[in-house]
Amino acid sequence: MTSVFKIALRNLLRYKRRTALTATLVTLGVIFVLVFTSIAGSFKQMMISQITDSMLGHLQIHRKGYVAAIESLPLNMNMKQAGFDKLEKLLKQEQGVAAYSPRIKFGGMFSNFMETTNIRLNGIDPQKEFATVPLLPDRIISGEKSLKKGEILVPELLARGMNIKVGDTVVIVATNQNGSVNGKQFRISGILESATGPGGRDGYVHFDDAIELLRMEQPEISEVAVRLKKFSALNKVAKSLRQVVEAEKNPMGKPLFELHSWEDLSPFAKVAKMLNLMTVFIKVMLIAIVLVSIMNVMIMAVFERIREIGTIAAIGTPPATICSLFLVEGLCLGLFGAVLGNLIGIIIIGIVNLLHITFSFGQQTGLILKASIAPADILMVSVIVVIVSVLATLQPAIKASKMEPIDALRHV
Amino acid sequence: MSLVIAEQVRKLYRSGETEVEALRGISFQINSGSFVSFVGPSGSGKTTLLNLIGCLDAPTAGKLMVADTDVATLNRTSGAAFRGSEIGFIFQDFNLLPVLSVYENIEYPLLMIQRTAEAERRKRVMTLLEAVGMADQALKRPDQISGGQKQRVAVARALITNPKLVLADEPTANLDHATAFMVINLMKQMRDQFGTTFVFSTHDPRIVGEAEVIHHLEDGLLKESEQKGDGSHD
Repeated sequence: MTSVFKIALRNLLRYKRRTALTATLVTLGVIFVLVFTSIAGSFKQMMISQITDSMLGHLQIHRKGYVAAIESLPLNMNMKQAGFDKLEKLLKQEQGVAAYSPRIKFGGMFSNFMETTNIRLNGIDPQKEFATVPLLPDRIISGEKSLKKGEILVPELLARGMNIKVGDTVVIVATNQNGSVNGKQFRISGILESATGPGGRDGYVHFDDAIELLRMEQPEISEVAVRLKKFSALNKVAKSLRQVVEAEKNPMGKPLFELHSWEDLSPFAKVAKMLNLMTVFIKVMLIAIVLVSIMNVMIMAVFERIREIGTIAAIGTPPATICSLFLVEGLCLGLFGAVLGNLIGIIIIGIVNLLHITFSFGQQTGLILKASIAPADILMVSVIVVIVSVLATLQPAIKASKMEPIDALRHV
Repeated sequence: MSLVIAEQVRKLYRSGETEVEALRGISFQINSGSFVSFVGPSGSGKTTLLNLIGCLDAPTAGKLMVADTDVATLNRTSGAAFRGSEIGFIFQDFNLLPVLSVYENIEYPLLMIQRTAEAERRKRVMTLLEAVGMADQALKRPDQISGGQKQRVAVARALITNPKLVLADEPTANLDHATAFMVINLMKQMRDQFGTTFVFSTHDPRIVGEAEVIHHLEDGLLKESEQKGDGSHD
């Protein structure tokens, strides 16, 4: 086999300019795929992380039918204490769950004693909420990175519009599910950076304050946000959890809960899917580049060496060996392009990271692009290039091996 | 003992509606160790006959046995294997592989066809390099040596597998007179040294006389056979 490689390499070096051009095309294709995959992948990961880790959680569980009416934050669709107890038991049994946080979501009137506006609020247990959405404290751009009873975290746009600052006193007026109105004073403990996506402009109050404001006799939970130990296990855990959660029935035999992943709840899941699709498209482009460039050069190589093929066939070279001589040429071109492309691609990714390129995502600005590429992606791109190179060479190689030596020797 | 036996060998080529009978029933025998020449003008069937003996083509009719093998029974793979072990080829245009050195060109059949071990390969290549007087040019590429030297390398390559038969189609056509004589003498010398049967075609009257058995071809028929000595070599 070494001799086949030696002859193949010498034949490639025989037409240096053509070989260099083809290898350059393959190399550029690999670089483009690696850099695009790393940047698009990093952007996607950051986007998902911002959405899931700062507000949404990986999964959410609601009382059946709540999500369909979520825009109106219907208090009559909250789950009762008994239902939440059942749910909590199920969540504790699931191995993949890292943390969960019950929320009471409601709408209210927000007043700074001079102006009044509406606000969407989440009643949360700060400890559970921060464990479930760990980037939430980072969104507190001024004030304490905590939330105590009697305090409120207000979204940045609201604070700016109503000219309020940390330490100010405000009033929240809310209507409970029976229609009675109640009000409560809060101290502004922090201003929240707005985030893109559902819930990104909500305020936060303490869980107990929400119960008090809404005059609940027992806690009634609007939603339970769930954080998984491994985001990569999302589909697996969601499937297993959905089975047990949706198996819980009410006295009428209908499902008690519904489970949604972040993808079901955020429109940005579609953007993530688009990025995945674009990555696939770019890989298809790479396949086309490799296929066309290598097939073209190998067809030319066979045509130019017909007499040589005739000679080696006449002196007894087995057809399989003739085929392998050309296949190895294509393989070497692909390997060279893949190795060089990977090296240059990794260097470019490193340079992109050194440049600290920033980008904006919705309301969030100054997010630093951290391009990275998984070894599995590098391996996959390399394998694609090598396999496609060999496949592109297959037709000319088979043609060479099937040539009649007598006809090939006559070729001028 | 006959190495090649041809009985009423015919070869018909078809090109669309046109049929050309290149060989029209030829019978002859070639003994082991002989130095045989097929002579005749262009179109007489010399190359066709050598292609048939070299198992590069099959006869349309008749029987052709080479080294006890019926040429008509060989397919693409078995034909290649047979040629690789039993037959050596010398071409008019030398047909050396340009990417390989003189040494590697001679080594090629042992390396790529017979898969011979390196030590044995080296021994045999060096023996033949010495025999054809090209040992000092072993590392040169074909484009760095003369036509006569290329044909010497081709002779060595044809002999490297110890074939029973070496076929040379117009081996001196691209060489000047002195070099042509030198190549023919080298072939004869190799026959003497290794006992290999040499069959060559030519239309050069100055070279014809060097053969020990001369078959005259004309219009696809064997017109005359001359023999100098007993036609075989001991």
